[in-house]
Amino acid sequence: MSDKKHQTPMLDELESGPWPSFVSGIKRLRDDHDDARINGMANDLLGQLEHSYETRKGYWKGGTVSVYGYGGGIIPRFSEVGQQFPESKEFHTLRVQPPAGNYYSTDMLRQLGDSWEKWGSGLVTFHGQTGNIMFIGSTTENTQHFFDEINEYGFDLGGAGPCVRTAMSCVGAARCEQSCANEHKIHRSLVNNFTDDVHRPALPYKFKFKISGCPNDCMNSIERADMAVIGTWRDDMKVDQEEWKNYVDVKGRQHVIDNIITRCPTQSLSLKDDDSLEVDNRNCVRCMHCLNVVPKALSPGDDKGVTILMGGKRTLKIGDLMGTVIVPFMKLETEEDYERIVEIAEETIDYWAENGLEHERCGEMIERIGLVNFLEGVGFEVDPHMVSNPRESSYVRMDGWDEEAVKWFEKRAEQKLAASA
Amino acid sequence: MSKPKMREAIESGCPDGFQYMHPVMTKNFGQWKWHDHPRPGVLRHVAHSGEEIWTVKAGTQRILDVFTLRRLCDIGDEFAEGYVRFTIRSNIEYLVSDAEKVEPLITALEGAGFVVGGTGNSVAMISHTQGWLHCDIPGTDASGVVKAMMDELIDEFKNCNMPNRVHITTSCCQINCGGQGDIAINVQHTKPPKINHDLVANVCERPSVVARCPVAAIRPAQVNGKPTLEVDEKKCICCGACYPPCPPMQINDPEHSKLAIWVGGNHSNARGKPTFQKLVASGIPNNPPRWPEATAIVKNILQAYKTNARDWERMNDWIERIGWARFFEVTGLPFTKFHIDNWRGSRKSLNASTHIRF
Repeated sequence: MSDKKHQTPMLDELESGPWPSFVSGIKRLRDDHDDARINGMANDLLGQLEHSYETRKGYWKGGTVSVYGYGGGIIPRFSEVGQQFPESKEFHTLRVQPPAGNYYSTDMLRQLGDSWEKWGSGLVTFHGQTGNIMFIGSTTENTQHFFDEINEYGFDLGGAGPCVRTAMSCVGAARCEQSCANEHKIHRSLVNNFTDDVHRPALPYKFKFKISGCPNDCMNSIERADMAVIGTWRDDMKVDQEEWKNYVDVKGRQHVIDNIITRCPTQSLSLKDDDSLEVDNRNCVRCMHCLNVVPKALSPGDDKGVTILMGGKRTLKIGDLMGTVIVPFMKLETEEDYERIVEIAEETIDYWAENGLEHERCGEMIERIGLVNFLEGVGFEVDPHMVSNPRESSYVRMDGWDEEAVKWFEKRAEQKLAASA
Repeated sequence: MSKPKMREAIESGCPDGFQYMHPVMTKNFGQWKWHDHPRPGVLRHVAHSGEEIWTVKAGTQRILDVFTLRRLCDIGDEFAEGYVRFTIRSNIEYLVSDAEKVEPLITALEGAGFVVGGTGNSVAMISHTQGWLHCDIPGTDASGVVKAMMDELIDEFKNCNMPNRVHITTSCCQINCGGQGDIAINVQHTKPPKINHDLVANVCERPSVVARCPVAAIRPAQVNGKPTLEVDEKKCICCGACYPPCPPMQINDPEHSKLAIWVGGNHSNARGKPTFQKLVASGIPNNPPRWPEATAIVKNILQAYKTNARDWERMNDWIERIGWARFFEVTGLPFTKFHIDNWRGSRKSLNASTHIRF
């Protein structure tokens, strides 16, 4: 380590208080680690961070760093004040894909920690906002060594730049009774089909998959994913009347009416005089509220599958967009079903790669060209579940009406035939 | 000299999570029946088979040093069963099949300075971005804001006294990587970028910078005989979108980059459809190292929500019921012309009715 420790009076104020302090953690690397390289990096990192606190400015700039054979996966950071803080002047982050569902054994965490300590700063976050393990702070040279080491035991880089990004899936069927899908399998089937597009950024902009096992959408997929896959069911929800009555008995009818019955967004619940529950399943929108309140008595049905929405993203550039329903329901049971969902992703990404502008998210492209052009371009059929309401403006040319109406009736007839088969 | 032979990457992608899952979870995969919430920070899930898995959730500093990571692992080996996962809000969860292990595990975690909680109707860990520690375009330091704020909100993390869960997020620029939240604390720039005209031509791909601007306020120009870019400051909305592709267009300003607070973002489909967060306060100083002004407003909003919302109402549900006028009344926050949206689609946010609460 360089001869002396930087003074950090402002950061020191973040060592007080009951919540664990990241400043204290970085100081431990500076003061207690037995590798002088890590002591020096931590010291200069603290020095630069204190400088940011004093001047209220950031001092990192990007650049180009990757590992052999890849074009992305690393967030390069070179210090603009590297002369003052030379030992952290190269401080790149490696984005590494976590196991689906973010599961780890302590053995694996230790192994990752050991590798990172050997080549990096010793600072790591589980996980960044996209869902990567963020190994924060490596020199350009050591990124390759670290990657080589962890790649040997099963870890790979995630996405950075205009590419398919690291995906996310919830705790899922491994622990949650609300799960309507095998989130892990969907997650890995989708993102691992696109490893080339993850590692070699060549798309208009980023493309994110997020998978939630139920409409609680713990992965925020509607708001954050270009392709959101959310578990749901289409038969009747299950009601264990005995457990339900127990709940009513304990909590009282007033509580149940105020907190469950009247909160149903489609007024599909009715508390009967004998305290049993009646559900209008045809009008239930699978919002999850009643299941969340009484998980012991209410459960998803058996005919499970997923809803797919596309086009969610945050602010840049045209403002926040939520995803739109593209596939109201599909089963995910057989290998063919999984092949089909991968195909849907491929066809969507191909169309967007072809038609999206530079730095345009899939949802922004849909906004620019209109949902119908997107559907027709990729080959999805229109469906009333895609809209909150039909068109309000009469300013549209509709001279193909008769043909479109025929298509609808033909599709309905096909569905009827398939259902009766 | 010949080039050193490079190792070919194994493009294995996302690893299989099953290999790191607790055996009780792999065994009962897809077969869970119900769960309950015996105390804050603890969940019990029961499978159709009758087997149970207990989860103990703890908050950390998120930016983990290897000592802290090993401490978490030591606790996992000594007091739990060696299986963990991380939540979307970066809490660690220990998974144990033996209910007897729960209390000693909590004691060990708390003894080591970690905070057990974050379940049910608590204020969950603030999800945040990289900030001055690592980002190339940050207006503030997310880790610092979050540490300072969680120091004040720790009791709400450790208890479940809110009407429903509260997700707070922070973001260090207006791209808003922190995402939607019941409460979001985000940087809001208030002045156009300051342009270093000597550097633009060399550093920036000018057509893509022009294309990046959401309001078409950037155009090519010549300054001192050099090609550069200029900004129509009357059109500029100070969003900072030009800064990442063109660092000489500096948007961050120690005084004029402020914090804004947004409320009512909700990703869940429960009850209503998902909602985006709405602006409630701005002009808050970006005041390291502890950002007391921002924390005070967040606490004020939380108090109003806690006092006035009904059980199970998320922030957005509550405000929808009482109306925005009442929200500003009960929080005492000013309602200004900036709260009225003028972005595309904004007419949908105007009140075209006589529905008014007096």
